[in-house]
Amino acid sequence: MKVKYFAWVRERVGKAEETIEPPATVRTVEELIAWLSSQSEAYAYAFEKPKVIRAAIDHAHVKSDAAISGAREIAFFPPMTGG
Amino acid sequence: MTSPVTTCPVTIRIQEDDFDVAREIALLTKSRTDIGAVVTFSGICRGDEDSAKIAALTLEHYPGMAEEEIKRHVDEAISRWPLNGVTVIHRVGRFVPGQNIVLVLTASQHRQAAFQAAEFLMDYLKTSAPFWKKEESESGTGWVEAQARDDEAAARWTKS
Repeated sequence: MKVKYFAWVRERVGKAEETIEPPATVRTVEELIAWLSSQSEAYAYAFEKPKVIRAAIDHAHVKSDAAISGAREIAFFPPMTGG
Repeated sequence: MTSPVTTCPVTIRIQEDDFDVAREIALLTKSRTDIGAVVTFSGICRGDEDSAKIAALTLEHYPGMAEEEIKRHVDEAISRWPLNGVTVIHRVGRFVPGQNIVLVLTASQHRQAAFQAAEFLMDYLKTSAPFWKKEESESGTGWVEAQARDDEAAARWTKS
């Protein structure tokens, strides 16, 4: 699946997007954040406060317990500050 | 006697270029006699924040999702108020104080619907449309933090 990062999450991860293949045991947004955080210090730093991170699956906001199966694109970002 | 045809054209644009408020109002109201009220909100880059001078703001967005998220809320506004036209333009890129950032136009037969829909759209734009601001000030450069007051402003539109 494709993963995109925005704002300071992108800066901390060090890339805007990538394609990942998490193990089948990773079923929710929350579990994906935990799995990514275990992959490197950059992810651990980006996701150090998981409660602050917002997620979207295929362009729609989702909660941390949302299932990721079937997702084409998952995005992680801080709370929005536009307008 | 047939009643006049009421349509609600919707324009949503995310762009780097500036917009011209008068031109956007003219485009929305051209050849229309069913519009009695146009409410305009324009958001402009401020020159100071908590008494710190702002040198510039950089706006980043999530292409694709930003348009879809605005469209979802415009559709909801149309279902909640009798609107005759909606325009939402959000700029991205780097802005210095005094420059335009966002424009919301809502047109209706009467002012109340136009005022309420414009507020509703701005409240949701700030809390759910994927845009992020980075601020350059005297104290350095950093991402603007989301404000609890913006969430509270959006929450008042929740249907009970």
